[in-house]
Amino acid sequence: MTAATSLELDRIRADFPCLDQEVNGRPLVYLDNASSAQKPRQVIESMRQVYERDYANIHRGQHSLSMRATAAYEQVRGKVARFLGTTNESEIIFTSGTTAGINLVAQTWGRRNLRPGDEIVLSEMEHHSNIVPWQLIAEEKGAQIRVIPMDDRGQLDLEAFAELLGPRCRMVAVAQVSNSLGTINPVAEIIAMAHRAGARVLIDGAQAAPHLRVDVRALDCDFYVFSAHKTYGPTGTGALYGKMELLEAMPPWQGGGDMIDQVSFTRTTYNVPPMKFEAGTPNIAGVIGMGAALDWMRQIGLDAIAAHEHRLLERATAAISEIEGIRIIGTAEKKASVLGFWLEGAHPHDIGAILDQYGVAIRAGHHCAQPVMQHFGLPATARASFAVYNTEDEIATFIEALRKAREFFA
Amino acid sequence: MQIEKLASLFELLEGWEDRYRQIIDLGKKLEPLDEEHKTAANKVHGCTSQVWLICRQEEDGRLHFVADSDAHIVRGLIAIVLMIFSDRQPEEIIGLDPLPWFARLGLDQHLSPMRSNGLHAMVGRIKALAAAARG
Repeated sequence: MTAATSLELDRIRADFPCLDQEVNGRPLVYLDNASSAQKPRQVIESMRQVYERDYANIHRGQHSLSMRATAAYEQVRGKVARFLGTTNESEIIFTSGTTAGINLVAQTWGRRNLRPGDEIVLSEMEHHSNIVPWQLIAEEKGAQIRVIPMDDRGQLDLEAFAELLGPRCRMVAVAQVSNSLGTINPVAEIIAMAHRAGARVLIDGAQAAPHLRVDVRALDCDFYVFSAHKTYGPTGTGALYGKMELLEAMPPWQGGGDMIDQVSFTRTTYNVPPMKFEAGTPNIAGVIGMGAALDWMRQIGLDAIAAHEHRLLERATAAISEIEGIRIIGTAEKKASVLGFWLEGAHPHDIGAILDQYGVAIRAGHHCAQPVMQHFGLPATARASFAVYNTEDEIATFIEALRKAREFFA
Repeated sequence: MQIEKLASLFELLEGWEDRYRQIIDLGKKLEPLDEEHKTAANKVHGCTSQVWLICRQEEDGRLHFVADSDAHIVRGLIAIVLMIFSDRQPEEIIGLDPLPWFARLGLDQHLSPMRSNGLHAMVGRIKALAAAARG
């Protein structure tokens, strides 16, 4: 709990230039972290350093700048590997984010392995990014989508999941943490069950990576994806982890530079993973910024981050529960950093607009999880989500603003 | 209420609270849209909240719009949009720029296509309906 002391929190906050501002005449209270997190100056500086000192294209240059840029870029592969819990750096593919990672797996592993009548199992609480890529490949291949239902607290029904694991199930793709409900899913159990049934498993770690210690080897998942912009890194970068034997057997996705071995008009052979999946000049500065973000998180301490956020979530949940007319959406036993709610008499859009006047940034909408909204019979929810730099005072400001919003629409 | 009168009233209001209260109040007085009209076809896209819009042409050719939203503030903003556009001839509607009115009301940021309140899309739909009515 070291990160929870106010002294350290001051130091953490001082790392984030964007937090130090007023919005509508009030100090900014940024509680839209599940959407995207703010960036510490170490990340901003690392990218500035690339562009000001070390910038050139990577992997092909014989000159010093290219070699420096390549070294800085490739060093991040090791950082991501350690962050995710693998020792094999070649199992880390840089992507533009979680969405790109899932599409890559659907379009390569899926295209190679899915047959008509095969089944892909998703969960009712998935983000659209972990639904639509599978629907696209399923439609193309004649495969079927099956859905693990959840209860009214937002917890997956594992008995129903067991029944979905038939002989035709090839892939199970679930989020480790739900973006709209905050539920931490029992992915270790889900992965073990899927493997016993002979299915592969992709874990959508977009919401888990910023909050939980991830260990892909211990989980034994086949694929794991996350985005840097939610882990205090820049937008447009992220990574896909895949087990080496799977990556080796998968066809390439996009064709272009870096992903080839030999090219001729009669026959082209492909590079080995990870290069096989990284066509074209990548987001060089972004990847280096992602490395700086993971360094920053490691320096603060992943367990300290999780403990602090858990305390904020508990504090906010207790305080919001006392407001009349509040219905918390997502009351799973295990939750991470996301507080979804509905306030009777006001649309989430209204709440978001009033809270903005108090300098409080939350998200209102369907959170790209329309099946979740349908489950709860709501058009949208309001969502406050917490990061390591949020304080208990900010929770109090948020709750106070919410009370004012409630009076507004009473 | 006339848009001119509303603009004069808004000039007397101080602070966002009073302006928002006024907007919400306008929404409450909005001509109701029957539930049967809240269909996918009448839905205006691009909104965090849901917005529906219908129009009918009067005998003299003027277009009368009825719209609704499930969010209070958006409903109030709709009321202002309709004050500007409703019960006018199609030709007039097509040529109308609502931005100066919204600017005078201090609400111009709400008309931005960047806002997810759907007002920008709603103005587009109103103009499309007017163009269709003009033939």
